[in-house]
Amino acid sequence: MPSPMNAAELLDRHYLEVRARLLEIAATLDRIDRGDGTAAEDARMQQIRAGLQILLRSPAGESDGGNRAEQIQHLFSRPYEAEWRKSLDI
Amino acid sequence: MDYIDPHIHMVSRVTDDYAMLSRMGCVAVSEPAFWAGFDRGTADGFRDYFRQLTEVEPRRAADYGIRHFTWLCINAKEAENVSLSREVIQMIPEFLKAPNVLGIGEIGLNKNTRNEATVFLEHLDVAAEHEQLILIHTPHLADKYQGTRMILDMLGGDARIDRSRVLVDHVEEHTIREVLDAGYWAGMTLYPLTKCTPQRAADMIEQFGPERLMANSAGDWGPSKPTAVPDLIFELRRRGHSDALIKKVVYDNPIEFFSGSKNFSLK
Repeated sequence: MPSPMNAAELLDRHYLEVRARLLEIAATLDRIDRGDGTAAEDARMQQIRAGLQILLRSPAGESDGGNRAEQIQHLFSRPYEAEWRKSLDI
Repeated sequence: MDYIDPHIHMVSRVTDDYAMLSRMGCVAVSEPAFWAGFDRGTADGFRDYFRQLTEVEPRRAADYGIRHFTWLCINAKEAENVSLSREVIQMIPEFLKAPNVLGIGEIGLNKNTRNEATVFLEHLDVAAEHEQLILIHTPHLADKYQGTRMILDMLGGDARIDRSRVLVDHVEEHTIREVLDAGYWAGMTLYPLTKCTPQRAADMIEQFGPERLMANSAGDWGPSKPTAVPDLIFELRRRGHSDALIKKVVYDNPIEFFSGSKNFSLK
């Protein structure tokens, strides 16, 4: 079921909030960089970088596009272990 | 618009919240048994909690014209204590006679451990034996995907379970498809940081359609917003969706699912 609003209307509605959220992320990363020491090797920083790469992927209709939110969710999830019954002895 | 919040923990909310929900159009709530923020030490602690859910909250809700329904279990977090869990599970049948009980819930997993899975399976036994609806909690954050898949594995492996009588809650973008494709009901929880915003819930409605899909606030003792379902209604209206579509998600669907319990009636 598509949104009743077309792409241009959706962009009009969300442009400023996306801009604001990008600024928040940029400012947060700057804040981390300004902190004493470094967090560059922290696995969470690597996840964040990988998440930013997902945002740049192709739009819907292409092989890896259109489900960026789902891809981000998987990035921050432990993968499914199909043999869990065996490892937990259930 | 009249709506139903199918997952909210009113024992954690002040009476003013009942008044606010009523003013926002809430006509019924369903309250699964959950973790109180601390591990209870005895089965008697749960007996008192079940009395609160089956005796006190329905009266508190009725003062504001809201029907209160509930679900019983020992939650996944406290399920780590298997012996306590078994005492609580043994006690559940006596409370199933209460007129506002819809079924067993919110059962599920928290950290996806052996003990949690063991207690989950024993809850399924109670639900099957007493022909109860089932409401399922899926884990938080990084554990959600694995936990949801484990839950679907366990449900799918039990031939007694009628999938149309199971609501799998707290679905997000990476779990909703598998839940719906397997024939279960799915619930989206509107928590701003750790689960789903009204905007993302509206996106999922647009992507997956309104069939077997509900939305809830899961308002509780932590950061949460008991009026989150009206926020979703507002978001869907802003996008231009019809009242019929919105009503299906926030009113008709809960009624259809809850009607699987003989205890459910809005009259």
